[in-house]
Amino acid sequence: MADTLERVKKIVVERLNVDPSEVTMEASIKDDLGADSLDVVDLIMELEDEFDMEISDEEAEKISTVGDVVDYINKHK
Amino acid sequence: MKNRVVITGLGVISSLGNDIDTFWNNLIQGKSGISHITQFDTSDYAVKIASEVKDFDPLNFIDKKETRRMDRFAQFAVAAAKMAVSHAGLNIDDRNAERVGVYIGSGIGGLATLEKQHRVLMDRGPRRVSPFFVPMMIANMASGIVSIQLGAKGPNSAAISACSTGTHCVGDAFRILQRGEADVMLAGGAEATIMPLAVAGFSAMTALSTRNDEPEKASRPFDKDRDGFVMGEGAGVLVLETLDHALKRGANIIAEVVGYGMTADAYHLTSPAPEGEGAKRAMEMAMRDAGLAPEEIDYINAHGTSTEYNDKFETMAIKGAFKDHAYKLAVSSTKSMLGHLLGAAGGVETIISALAIKEQILPPTINLENPDPECDLDYVPNEARKTRVRTALSNSLGFGGHNATILLKEYEEK
Repeated sequence: MADTLERVKKIVVERLNVDPSEVTMEASIKDDLGADSLDVVDLIMELEDEFDMEISDEEAEKISTVGDVVDYINKHK
Repeated sequence: MKNRVVITGLGVISSLGNDIDTFWNNLIQGKSGISHITQFDTSDYAVKIASEVKDFDPLNFIDKKETRRMDRFAQFAVAAAKMAVSHAGLNIDDRNAERVGVYIGSGIGGLATLEKQHRVLMDRGPRRVSPFFVPMMIANMASGIVSIQLGAKGPNSAAISACSTGTHCVGDAFRILQRGEADVMLAGGAEATIMPLAVAGFSAMTALSTRNDEPEKASRPFDKDRDGFVMGEGAGVLVLETLDHALKRGANIIAEVVGYGMTADAYHLTSPAPEGEGAKRAMEMAMRDAGLAPEEIDYINAHGTSTEYNDKFETMAIKGAFKDHAYKLAVSSTKSMLGHLLGAAGGVETIISALAIKEQILPPTINLENPDPECDLDYVPNEARKTRVRTALSNSLGFGGHNATILLKEYEEK
């Protein structure tokens, strides 16, 4: 769990150029971390690579916070 | 009644400097910016030289996240545009944003992005192609991103006409200002195509010099031993504004834009029309537009690519347009030092023409050691020349048979 968050955080920090302290479980990827729709697609692709999994478009649409990402990955890996 | 249009700011990214002062000093010292290609491994390539931009850090101009979403050519455009606006002492805010426009083109666009994403598609399939691929690749994006970065909400477009792109952009922006559709236009071109696919493609046309062992001597316009052009990269952006607007805000006026001409050869994909017929008409059109006679032109910044055909036919075009005066005016090709910046060439060379007028110095054509007998004009060989420069004409001739000429004049209140 903690490990997943750290790995997600690393990607989010690099892709969105935000401070690591902002990347909390509650943070909204769009509203708090400033991602636009293109960033979200880019981020999902990066996460799929990092965790070697596929996230369908329907599933991706349900993701809104960093916590949603971490939970999804932990459930499916 | 048309508005008069003046140049009030300049910004450049090039192999000879990433600021106007360094760039100009290197040009008038006759330095070459050409060296071995560092951006990819050229082992398998016939051409191993180019005129690369050095020491460019996009983070000096653009924040980190935005940098990742921009191809190199767009980064060059933003950097040059920001420097030009600062050079012009122009503030863009809510009061004037809708009267400030952008017209910055690129001949090819985001080729590095295209090559990279095509490899992703081939290696990993369609689901892995980046959502940033299209917005990073499309050639109009220099104009789009510059407007976003500067908040410029006025007329916005981009000419895409190969090697005449930059001159078409400056000329079209000049027209927009003459018609009064904006008060200020940022105009020019940006290019970053020193990439495997472009080098291989231009090489296949035998358009590029293969003088790999003497990079600094490879671009030698009008010399009988020339063997092709040398690919360059960078951006040149000018702040153009109506004279009224410039005077009202007390801007420093560098030169006036007085004429623009554009024609088509309607002849061949890549070869110029016999005797440079289309280029001749573009120069004549620009002079007519300005109300200037051939005898009133002091300097021509030639397209002068260092290819067999261009230099011969452009020389014929100049003779056709200027008759006896062709032998009295000065012509130089700064591509001898900068290489050929393709879509950015017209932007950079309009800047050079404006500086020639402002500084009253003509930059040289370097490497002109054995003039081609068919190229017998005064090409300002090898050394810059201090002389009276009242008017400067700049030519850009593009694949597809595009010919564009912009004509600048010393600013006088009149």
